[in-house]
Amino acid sequence: MSLPAIKISGIHKHFGALHALRGIDLTIEQGEFFALLGPNGAGKSTLINILAGLISPSAGNISVMGFDVQSQYQQARQLLGVVPQELVFDPFFNVREMLRFQAGYFGRGRENDVWVDEILEGLGLTDKANTNMRKLSGGMKRRALIAQALAHKPPVVVLDEPTAGVDVELRQMLWEFIKKLNRESHTIILTTHYLEEAEALCNRVAMMKQGKVVALDSTANLLNKFSGKHLRLTLGSVVLPSSVEQLVRHVENGIYTFALDDMAQIEFVLSALRTADIKVLDMQLNEADLEDVFLSLVGNAQNGVRSVS
Amino acid sequence: MINPVNPNSTSMLPAGLRGPWTLLKKELLRFWRVAFQTVAAPVITALLYLLIFSHVLESHVQVYDGVPYTAFLIPGLIMMSVLQNAFANSSSSLIQSKVMGNIVFILLTPLTHVQFFLAFLIASIIRGLVVGFCIYLVAMWFVDLSVANFWWIAAFALLGSALLGTFGIIAGIWADRFDQMAAFQNFIIMPLTFLSGVFYSIHSLPPFWQKVSLLNPFFYMIDGFRYGFFGKGDVSPMFSLIVVGGAFLVLALITLKMLKSGYKLRS
Repeated sequence: MSLPAIKISGIHKHFGALHALRGIDLTIEQGEFFALLGPNGAGKSTLINILAGLISPSAGNISVMGFDVQSQYQQARQLLGVVPQELVFDPFFNVREMLRFQAGYFGRGRENDVWVDEILEGLGLTDKANTNMRKLSGGMKRRALIAQALAHKPPVVVLDEPTAGVDVELRQMLWEFIKKLNRESHTIILTTHYLEEAEALCNRVAMMKQGKVVALDSTANLLNKFSGKHLRLTLGSVVLPSSVEQLVRHVENGIYTFALDDMAQIEFVLSALRTADIKVLDMQLNEADLEDVFLSLVGNAQNGVRSVS
Repeated sequence: MINPVNPNSTSMLPAGLRGPWTLLKKELLRFWRVAFQTVAAPVITALLYLLIFSHVLESHVQVYDGVPYTAFLIPGLIMMSVLQNAFANSSSSLIQSKVMGNIVFILLTPLTHVQFFLAFLIASIIRGLVVGFCIYLVAMWFVDLSVANFWWIAAFALLGSALLGTFGIIAGIWADRFDQMAAFQNFIIMPLTFLSGVFYSIHSLPPFWQKVSLLNPFFYMIDGFRYGFFGKGDVSPMFSLIVVGGAFLVLALITLKMLKSGYKLRS
């Protein structure tokens, strides 16, 4: 059996009095497309930074394909490509120069140019290859950032919020590119606020809350566990009968979302509303999605929004 | 396990050297891209000092017998520029990378702390020497400068720029903001440079200030460098070399310790 792409064992991190990571254990196999979800402050970026060697853990260890990120950092970093969350760039150089430098830091020379051209083409950067980094638009800088992480052809790629702040078109383009990388046997680890991103792309999901992993399973299993229907009723300003109140997941602008275990509960809710003389102005029935799983487990206060930020 | 060494490489350099060589190349290109600011500007500044001081003091001051003041001044100005530019190269590169956030591209690589140090150090030395050599070429128009011992000149130029390049790395790592870096430049580098005997011999100072000057490491770099031109100095060049070499070793060890621990770079 091959070594896991990433093995995280008993990771703790303290920042002064703040216990940011509270014993994370996680194994990500080679070839997986893995999502790390969680609200701000859950510890996702801290975990990624420990994996990348930018932060030292207070306890525990992480290995990349068997190489410890601290004691064998040179080997571990060779195997790892990390896309930082912030849109950072070096204003002195153009895109191609930056990619060559980045590959060069990892010991790769001109023989790597073919791969650099492939990345440029894959990310739609070919015609910007000789453009200075500071002259690129935000979206182009984001692509260049991803290209830099891939310049040394790492088998394990970590993307920290890769589509934060990008438009829909670019997001779709980046999704396709990342999926292609995964098909070409790169292991992908993604942290994201966009739940539909994890649902659309990832085979397995870890959900983090306050420095702990609160759920870890395949995307399909998580959705199955939380299978059910969502009944969205537009009722206006009303007082619900106590019998149906416990089923309410979310209320916003007179729209009530009820979480139902089975279809039979629809009639139960409608009947209770009829009895209470409450008029239904509109009705929608939806399948549960990763957002419901996330909200159930993480208990985020910002119910009902697609992107939890 | 995967062998991280690239098997398809056509580079002549051993795999272990390609990383630090790339960082050095990047650091060299960084200052060369803005050579007007990083090379031409300090040459013009040194030239202005030369024109003004030599014009005002040439007929009034003679520090060494048979050496015109302008000739005395030139090695001091060259060394002052070498030191200031070596410091500026590493310090400005690091503070810019930190403030812009792009230092992460280097921190994510397998480069060791020694390789990181050497790349920044050598780039600083090269910038210092390039600026110094350009000033030397321009100064040749003004005075025919003799060379008593090239090896002293080379030794002090190399060690001096290495010392200030290292000091620049420390400043670049320590400073979080541009104003902190400016404070380093204005309150440490500039006073130590101007009070080091660039424009005078410390023997022309009152005894107290002569003793104070002996505590300034910049004095030994300037005096030793000047010795290479005239075969004369305020103190023995060997003693100066030991002081400068010792100071470099101490700062290099501090820098390596900072880099190894990830001080202000990795938390």
